[in-house]
Amino acid sequence: MKIHEYQAKQLLAAAGVKTPRGIVAHTADEAAAACTQLGSDVAVVKSQIHAGGRGKGTFKQHPDQRGVVLVKSAQAAKDNAARMLGSTLVTIQTGPEGKVVSTLLIEEGLKIVRELYLGVVVDRESGGPILIASTEGGMDIEVVAHKTPEKILQEPFDVEAGLRGFQARNVAYRLGLEGASVRAAEKLFSQLCQFFVDRDCSMVEINPLVVTADGDLIVGDAKVTFDDNAMFRHQDLLPLRDLTEEEPMEVQAQASGLSYVKLDGNLGCLVNGAGLAMSTMDIIKYHGGAPANFLDVGGGANVEQVTEAFRIILADPNVKGILVNIFGGIMKCDTIVTALLTAYDTIGIKVPLVVRLEGTNVELARKMLAESGKPITVGTDLTDAAKKAVKSLGA
Amino acid sequence: MSILVDKHTKIICQGITGKSGLFHSQQCRAYAKEHRPGEDVFVGGCTPGKGGTEIDGFPVFNTVEQAVHKTGANCSLIFVPPPFAADAILEAADAGIGLIVCITEGIPVLDMARVKRAMITSKSRLIGPNCPGIITPGVAKIGIMPGYIHKIGSAGLISKSGTLTYEAAWQLGNIGMGQSTAVGIGGDPIIGTTYIDLLAMFQADPKTESILMIGEIGGNAEIEAAGYIKSHVTKPVAAFIAGATAPPGKRMGHAGAIISGGSGTAAEKQAALESAGVIVAQSPADMGTALKRAIDQRK
Repeated sequence: MKIHEYQAKQLLAAAGVKTPRGIVAHTADEAAAACTQLGSDVAVVKSQIHAGGRGKGTFKQHPDQRGVVLVKSAQAAKDNAARMLGSTLVTIQTGPEGKVVSTLLIEEGLKIVRELYLGVVVDRESGGPILIASTEGGMDIEVVAHKTPEKILQEPFDVEAGLRGFQARNVAYRLGLEGASVRAAEKLFSQLCQFFVDRDCSMVEINPLVVTADGDLIVGDAKVTFDDNAMFRHQDLLPLRDLTEEEPMEVQAQASGLSYVKLDGNLGCLVNGAGLAMSTMDIIKYHGGAPANFLDVGGGANVEQVTEAFRIILADPNVKGILVNIFGGIMKCDTIVTALLTAYDTIGIKVPLVVRLEGTNVELARKMLAESGKPITVGTDLTDAAKKAVKSLGA
Repeated sequence: MSILVDKHTKIICQGITGKSGLFHSQQCRAYAKEHRPGEDVFVGGCTPGKGGTEIDGFPVFNTVEQAVHKTGANCSLIFVPPPFAADAILEAADAGIGLIVCITEGIPVLDMARVKRAMITSKSRLIGPNCPGIITPGVAKIGIMPGYIHKIGSAGLISKSGTLTYEAAWQLGNIGMGQSTAVGIGGDPIIGTTYIDLLAMFQADPKTESILMIGEIGGNAEIEAAGYIKSHVTKPVAAFIAGATAPPGKRMGHAGAIISGGSGTAAEKQAALESAGVIVAQSPADMGTALKRAIDQRK
């Protein structure tokens, strides 16, 4: 689960981490009042959307307006806020459709001496959490990792013990910090790692981490995502979820126990199992088509789920055909066909449908399909089905 | 011979009174009865609070320790719900279960970090979680895979994914190839047994003549495996990597299947495997034939 920057900063502040003074605004007047209340020479007006790249992003309605701006007066805050609120911000991460901004974070300006990068994620290799740090704050860290991997510091830490003092100091000195900044870093790094563990995060990213003129360390920007599998023990975090930031069909699918990801192509796919679903996308592409989605109906899909799956696939106006690929293992193929035919009648599928079935009771299932009288094409194997499905789009 | 499972394997199920736990315990027991009539392979299960009862002929115990004591079980199949699954794995390890197969999907990743840490000194081996389990055809099925698609044979099969494993086993069957053992290692970021662990076992197993490895996007386990194959594996190896068309930043069902930071792509995994001499199937329909090609190439 992703949350907004202002929410992340509120949670971090509550955990003792130093964050800039900031006020959330939903109207231009609130933005002006926030700026006055902060009373700093410079304030920052920051669009709150889940995607990154906001500083360089621009608005569809106001091509000269950036997603994050520095202002020197309440009036400037108000003017910028008026252009930002209700407008669509397009960044490198939003895709061309962009995201509508409905919330702003107004923060005091910081006296920035240096910008560092800090991140905490789960490291597959060491099998536990890891602190990542770099002197190249404010940059796209993926580019830094690619071009200058020596500038990425990695410090795996124990999930039970947390980041130890010497580990924090090692990272601080390797970042070139001195004096009071080292002590500030030791405290902040440990707090951040503890926050990651306590809240079952899947990612905490502070970019930049600001070193101020008086040697203090303050969170410039914060991205926090939580492990969906651990939300059962963090009920207090659930209200932070912003459904307007998520793909509506993906939310709907999740509610029905389906795993769905929307893609750009025009051939919908309905598959059981994540690996097979990914492979089905691959084979569609391999034979010249473009998948419209990833959809895993799971191991025990019933009539309701299969019906819902079709509904979700067909809600995408780009979908011009559907490929169903089921390997009936424990789940019997005839069960799937029953669900398929019921769904077909309920929804009224108008696009070409190619079905590939294999596994338990496949003969019976194929017979049921043939006798149904429905214009469903049967694929004999994975390749045949993919070819037929891709071809059906051209017809 | 085979790896991990043999005729001495005695299985219990943790979470046997749950719907999935019971169903799959019955399936595994039926598989054992069909292939090894008269032998006791699946010997019972555990659910705290239901000890002393019986469910469909399986004796139920409160703890794994009691189950081991009474039945001599040395393998546990876990169907415990995600919030309690990490505890169940550690309970099995503590009771001295040698082979722990965790099917449960959706365990918090930091719970698995704690399990991994706690098991450093343990002699137990964990398969999974979030995996289809393990099968040595003709000997024992410890998982949720349909038994009949896995023919007895000499290919070692290692996979991150469930239904894609079935697809591979099916394709192998169609060209007359069975498996020595097939293992699903699971699609989570932190897992018990890795590709490298299994590559080493298959390389050492005299009954395994070739290896088919199925991976997917995310992480770099397949790249590490490629490095291991290059230096340690002399048997023919073929591979398939799922997710070549997946866009970066989108999670594809498995918690681990996500391209992040521009790494973990199918292309870089395929390249690493090919440079290790592995035959990489470009289409998921060619997994079986790719292994055949890998074998024929050595003749």
